[in-house]
Amino acid sequence: MKRFAALFNAIDQSTKTTVKVAALADYFGAAPDTDRMWTIALFSGRRPKRAVTTTKLREWAAEQAGIPLWLFEESYPIVGDLAETIALVLPPVETTSDRSLSDWILFVRSLGDVEEDARKAAILDAWAQLGGTERFVFNKLITGGFRMGVSQKLMTRALAKSTGKPEAELAHRLMGNWHPDDTTWEALIEAEDASADASRPYPFYLAYALEDGPEALGAPDDWRAEWKWDGIRGQLILRDGQHFVWSRGEELMTDRFPELARAVDFLPPGTVLDGELLVWHPRTESPASFNALQRRIGRKTVPKKLLTEAPVVLHAYDLLEWQGEDLRDTPFAERRALLEEACADLPPEAPVRLSPQLDFDDWEDLGEIRSVARDENAEGLMLKRADSPYLVGRKKGDWWKWKLDPLTIDAVMIYAQAGHGRRANLFTDFTFAVWNGNDLVPFTKAYSGLTDSEFREITKWVRKNTLQRFGPVRQVTPHHVFEIAFEGIQASPRHKSGVALRFPRMSRWRQDKPLQEANTLEDLNDMLRIYG
Amino acid sequence: MGAMSPALTFTDRGIYCAAGDFYIDPWRPVERALITHGHADHARHGHQHYLATHAALPVMRHRLGEITAEGIGFGAPLQIGDATVSFHPAGHVPGSAQIRVEVGGEVWVASGDYKVEADGLSEAFEPQRCHHFITESTFGLPVFRWQPQARVADEINAWWARCAAAGKTAFLGAYALGKAQRLLTLLDPEIGPILTHAAVENTNAVLRGQGLTLPDTIAATAEIDPKAHKGALVLAPPSALGSAWAKKFGAQETAFASGWMQLRGVRRRRAGDRGFVISDHADWNGLLSTIKETGAEHIYVTHGYTDIFARYLTENGWSAEVVPTEFEGETLDAEPAA
Repeated sequence: MKRFAALFNAIDQSTKTTVKVAALADYFGAAPDTDRMWTIALFSGRRPKRAVTTTKLREWAAEQAGIPLWLFEESYPIVGDLAETIALVLPPVETTSDRSLSDWILFVRSLGDVEEDARKAAILDAWAQLGGTERFVFNKLITGGFRMGVSQKLMTRALAKSTGKPEAELAHRLMGNWHPDDTTWEALIEAEDASADASRPYPFYLAYALEDGPEALGAPDDWRAEWKWDGIRGQLILRDGQHFVWSRGEELMTDRFPELARAVDFLPPGTVLDGELLVWHPRTESPASFNALQRRIGRKTVPKKLLTEAPVVLHAYDLLEWQGEDLRDTPFAERRALLEEACADLPPEAPVRLSPQLDFDDWEDLGEIRSVARDENAEGLMLKRADSPYLVGRKKGDWWKWKLDPLTIDAVMIYAQAGHGRRANLFTDFTFAVWNGNDLVPFTKAYSGLTDSEFREITKWVRKNTLQRFGPVRQVTPHHVFEIAFEGIQASPRHKSGVALRFPRMSRWRQDKPLQEANTLEDLNDMLRIYG
Repeated sequence: MGAMSPALTFTDRGIYCAAGDFYIDPWRPVERALITHGHADHARHGHQHYLATHAALPVMRHRLGEITAEGIGFGAPLQIGDATVSFHPAGHVPGSAQIRVEVGGEVWVASGDYKVEADGLSEAFEPQRCHHFITESTFGLPVFRWQPQARVADEINAWWARCAAAGKTAFLGAYALGKAQRLLTLLDPEIGPILTHAAVENTNAVLRGQGLTLPDTIAATAEIDPKAHKGALVLAPPSALGSAWAKKFGAQETAFASGWMQLRGVRRRRAGDRGFVISDHADWNGLLSTIKETGAEHIYVTHGYTDIFARYLTENGWSAEVVPTEFEGETLDAEPAA
């Protein structure tokens, strides 16, 4: 694990992408195959299952450190990371070893099969022989939360650098349902034919946000416009008589949306569609709001009742594979024409709909269409260049999302909590309230949108203005007003305020605004009536 | 003053000794102030009379300007009213002291800031037997344990050598009084020239003036030509890193030297290239071993993780309490210079 720990340090000690990529590429060039495979797996979210509860780990670590459990628990939020807290309190190493990364992963996976006493003994033994970064990395492996500032994109770039293969090809190879147990470096990375796996999706092409208007994009004729749906991006794969549904986060969602199984009855094998999963109102032939889809998210199996109440269809807007042929280099307008052809004769019971293109003469015209997006349950527009290929990842230039401006409300900060990791010791998670008469009613939490220096400033203020502490949460003097931006609002009996917001974040710190001028519960209820 | 009243009490001006009518490190102007060391939160402006060790005074005069001050040697007893006072090395920075106060056989020690490991520059820490011990707890959590400084020195020099080999200037951020000079003695001058920011160099000049030996340094003034100093390490206060002044040096890496660098979150937030864990405060084990060595039964915890540390002490048989303080210069909220 020393080599992997050294890689971790090299990555952790730099903020520069080039340095991280170089360190990873060197590692891929030098490490044995099984370690390389596990490294790719770890950085693409394929980590070993958590074998021990964190409650046990905390107990054992405190016991080994010779400190009471409460002292461990007090230290944890200050360090901001469980694996690190454990690594720091444990006594120094007694012996050292250098088992490989894959060896340790095997060890971690074996822990699930043994009795608790044996599990404890094994972990204490591992702690006793792993020092410094190795101990931290090991703890990350057993706690299952493996994130270390390397995105899959960055790792793919490093692999490209190390193997000389194109980045887009590698991104495709790394997609899908593989696991280090079932494949080899040779098969996954090197082999000539990497398309053997029928379930393998294409890497998604992601749009950038259009900050200013579309005027700078050039001639409107070169562009196609669609609604930007507020659903789940998904890829529907029909190959060999089977179907697979992938999320943008590379999660296989086939079982969650059983209604899509019927697609094989209506579309030929060798078809891959890119689109949006939406709950569909069969009677009105229109998509429901995101709130309806929310009932389906996170459900691994779907009860019958829910299937009839909230049926899902794929709104297809791109065709990536047709008759078994990869179309990604074909211009968008041609892919679109083929897509329209493929969807032309679909009956209403097919779980696929063609996502319409919007006709517009000029940008002003399009701006007006955008302004009514909320009526369509869309969150804005997508603009796609007619002659663009289907690229890999987020690339500027050919696809833009032109979203509606968010809804906003001015609210008072009443509770603060420290963040984790990089944000440990900084108060970054806040609860906000609106006025109801003379009372402040909490209605949302938000933890993003401020700059680091704003977080530092508010942290100092929180420390000096704490009224009461509830564990890690501090009640603070009502004083600061923030503008909260959000994408949607819905009624929620579980919340004291009766509403729940979608994607709330702090859009502005209203230091100019006195406390009394924050918005009221009545204002929130008005928004609920209009947009809920 | 009743016979039962304690020798030292905690007031809103700071630690007060009624028997000698003086304060220790007061934060509001007083008639007579005994000062443990020259850091800004301990040695403040505005007192009528200052008393500090001979070794601490030059820096205090440099920072506070015209003051009426008296110097005292380490270990020399001084009678002030009914109190017997003496200053003992605290090992925190050159000249820093713990102040021992004895009134009617009752011994108190106000330790100011202290560290246990001898750094080769500050007078080495000497634990004092006492009944009542006032301690800091800047790093009073079991997650803070320091490596021997020689190991940290190796890490820093290895980093500097790599920067030099890559044609980069190594910027090392550290508190200008104490930490900067300690780092100077740890740097390997064979690697390249050592440049100093004005805030560091001014303090160097004061300490050299009182006889401390520091390696040769070059003042990195606004007029300096960075090209003339290839492979240099620049020692600067953390606030100067990334400034227009620092950018003049072209390709560079930045590092911070502080106890807070123990925490990965802080290290990443500072967005420097490296963080070296080296502190002028006692770590968890240092605090506990010191408290044991004093033999004191009553412990007063003044700054840092006071609630947690006092609770731990109480559970382990001490009579420990938290006393309010306005020292905050080296907590995590402030510049992580400790």
